[in-house]
Amino acid sequence: MTLSRQIFDTVIVGGGGSGLRAALQLAEAGHNVAVFSKVFPTRSHTVAAQGGIGASLGNMQEDHWLWHMYDTIKGSDYLGDQDAIEFMCRKAAEVVYELEHFGMPFDRNPDGTIYQRPFGGHTQNFGERAVQRACAAADRTGHAMLHTLYQRNVRARCQFFVEWMALDLIRDYEGAVVGIVALEMETGEVMVFQSKATILATGGAGRIYQSSTNAFINTGDGLGMAARAGIPLEDMEFWQFHPTGVAGAGVLITEGVRGEGGILLNANGERFMERYAPNMKDLASRDVVSRAMDQEIKEGRGVGPERDHVLLKLDHLGAEIINKRLPGIREIALKFAHVDPIREPIPVVPTCHYQMGGIPTNYYGQVVVPRGANPSEPVPGLYAIGECACVSVHGANRLGTNSLLDLLVFGKSAGDHVSEWLKTHPRHRDLPRNAAERSLERLARLDSTAPGERVTDVSADMRRTVQQHAGVFRTGTLLAEGVEKIREVGQRARSTTIDDKSRVFNTARIEALELENLAIVAEATLVSAQAREESRGAHAREDFKERDDKNWLKHSLWYLDGSRLDYKPVNLQPLTVESFEPKIRVY
Amino acid sequence: MESGTRERERLRWRSRRGLLEMDLILQRFLDRHLATLSVEDTQAYDALLDLPDNDFLDLVMGRAAPADDTLGQVLEKIRQS
Ligand SMILES: Cc1cc2nc3c(=O)[nH]c(=O)nc-3n(C[C@H](O)[C@H](O)[C@H](O)COP(=O)(O)OP(=O)(O)OC[C@H]3O[C@@H](n4cnc5c(N)ncnc54)[C@H](O)[C@@H]3O)c2cc1C
Repeated sequence: MTLSRQIFDTVIVGGGGSGLRAALQLAEAGHNVAVFSKVFPTRSHTVAAQGGIGASLGNMQEDHWLWHMYDTIKGSDYLGDQDAIEFMCRKAAEVVYELEHFGMPFDRNPDGTIYQRPFGGHTQNFGERAVQRACAAADRTGHAMLHTLYQRNVRARCQFFVEWMALDLIRDYEGAVVGIVALEMETGEVMVFQSKATILATGGAGRIYQSSTNAFINTGDGLGMAARAGIPLEDMEFWQFHPTGVAGAGVLITEGVRGEGGILLNANGERFMERYAPNMKDLASRDVVSRAMDQEIKEGRGVGPERDHVLLKLDHLGAEIINKRLPGIREIALKFAHVDPIREPIPVVPTCHYQMGGIPTNYYGQVVVPRGANPSEPVPGLYAIGECACVSVHGANRLGTNSLLDLLVFGKSAGDHVSEWLKTHPRHRDLPRNAAERSLERLARLDSTAPGERVTDVSADMRRTVQQHAGVFRTGTLLAEGVEKIREVGQRARSTTIDDKSRVFNTARIEALELENLAIVAEATLVSAQAREESRGAHAREDFKERDDKNWLKHSLWYLDGSRLDYKPVNLQPLTVESFEPKIRVY
Repeated sequence: MESGTRERERLRWRSRRGLLEMDLILQRFLDRHLATLSVEDTQAYDALLDLPDNDFLDLVMGRAAPADDTLGQVLEKIRQS
């Protein structure tokens, strides 16, 4: 079957913050760029980010990129690559000021400079005291960023393919990526898009968990595409749990609430974070807070009839501060937790929030894989940025506000690198024969009338399995059982059936395809987590409580083929400064 | 009726949002009302779906009032779902 084909210099899969930032860099440099998105770009999940963008502007107190770098490395529990982290922290001010010039409506100080709010893990002088480093636009930072970047892209004549779903990468016989296969939702038509460079910017896969702050579209499609094309997924055992998701719903209560003075209480009304993190208390980094909460719950000091959550108290801030500084929070608590935080505390649980792992890249955004003696050989023509990528700046645990920063820095950096690449690679490589075969087979299965299971049943089992077996606390036994179960779920995900065979806006078909991607990510998570016999950052093993730098200061690489694991070293060598040697993390 | 079904499927996909809050709210609404939406409500819902997520959430939460009062009826159904 021959499919129709379109040709672009660059194809970007994903119209969130990272995809739009890269697109802008390329479109303004005069390249022809196509951006694909499952939903209207400004409805990408970046819209949910509230807290801010981290950058050491020093507008509130003295600050320095080196302190930001230290906080990031310490936050990452030393699994972050120090070259990429230096690159990001040094570029932070530049990309924030650029965004300001693009028209981003940042909150301001009376003197007109960008206001910066306090955030967990941000410190002055290598951990001495808290510093205000988060640049925000009220509680709509992500929204404002997407709109600013989208407008700018429209002006630069970037071409958008909205409500298109990318299905698979096309790799040629030498392993170069030469385009994608994508499906138009409105018509059901499948098309080939040939490109010189392809950038994956598909966001995270937080929907593998039952309790998740992520929107339904976060199904890890880019990770599935990469894994099916033979590219490994890096550090997939590391998922950040946000300490404060509304119990039972997953809706996020921003960390800004604790930044402004909200505190966590257990069933005895005790401010338990004073015990776990005497200095930073409720502002300690996310994994420390999540684990403390889970420990309180596991030791019987949880709240509620099931003793399964703790409380976030902010009534002492007063109605005025709550309404002015944290405008969305009161309504969220009313709608999703049925409490009024001006009078009562909000029930909260640790909730999956952010994927630290992803498609392995360097700080130019190039996707890199082990080849011979080189652990990081670029895959020609393929880039990945944003939450779907693993640069790795977040290591075992992301510092709050570093994700939006990562989108801007590496989106821009990838855009610049692709511009250079296009100069030396002016021609399109040939498409392989049967370029779309894999995608067409996946669709043919769903078109067939063979019996199978319902997508909703399989995906519910997947989410439950991941939540129970790869949550905040992990043990070898739990993980081993989880691996067995998730393999079975994976099989089932590849043999679902749908009743609706129509081609036009067939949501059931999309969800079946998304589930295949989610199941791949879920298996990568459990297999990588079972193998890592240590506790580091967000990966906390009850049976291996210590970080083990001797054996585990390395990145995991999971391959779909044979569900095989490999490892590569962490880059402890920054670009210009001295290495930050691994130290025990205390807050 | 086929075109009506496809129209509803289009609305179902467009109810996939960037904010989890909206996903949760609209899923409840679709489960209860999508199959029986009147022509007017369908048009009004379509118009609401064109709003940015945060603005839509503001309307649902009652933080803002709709510019156009033909949206009021379906908005009330969303709020109640
Ligand atoms: C509630 C919440 C609050 C947050 N707050 C902050 C914060 O304050 N500060 C911070 O730094 N970080 C924050 N984060 C994290 C940050 O928002 C995300 O990591 C970041 O926005 C991800 O951006 P992205 O560009 O990688 O992907 P996304 O914004 O998720 O965009 C993904 C894009 O890919 C498209 N796509 C996906 N699959 C396909 C496919 N198969 N075909 C075509 N298109 C596809 C989607 O349509 C979308 O356009 C928050 C996260 C959440 C959940």
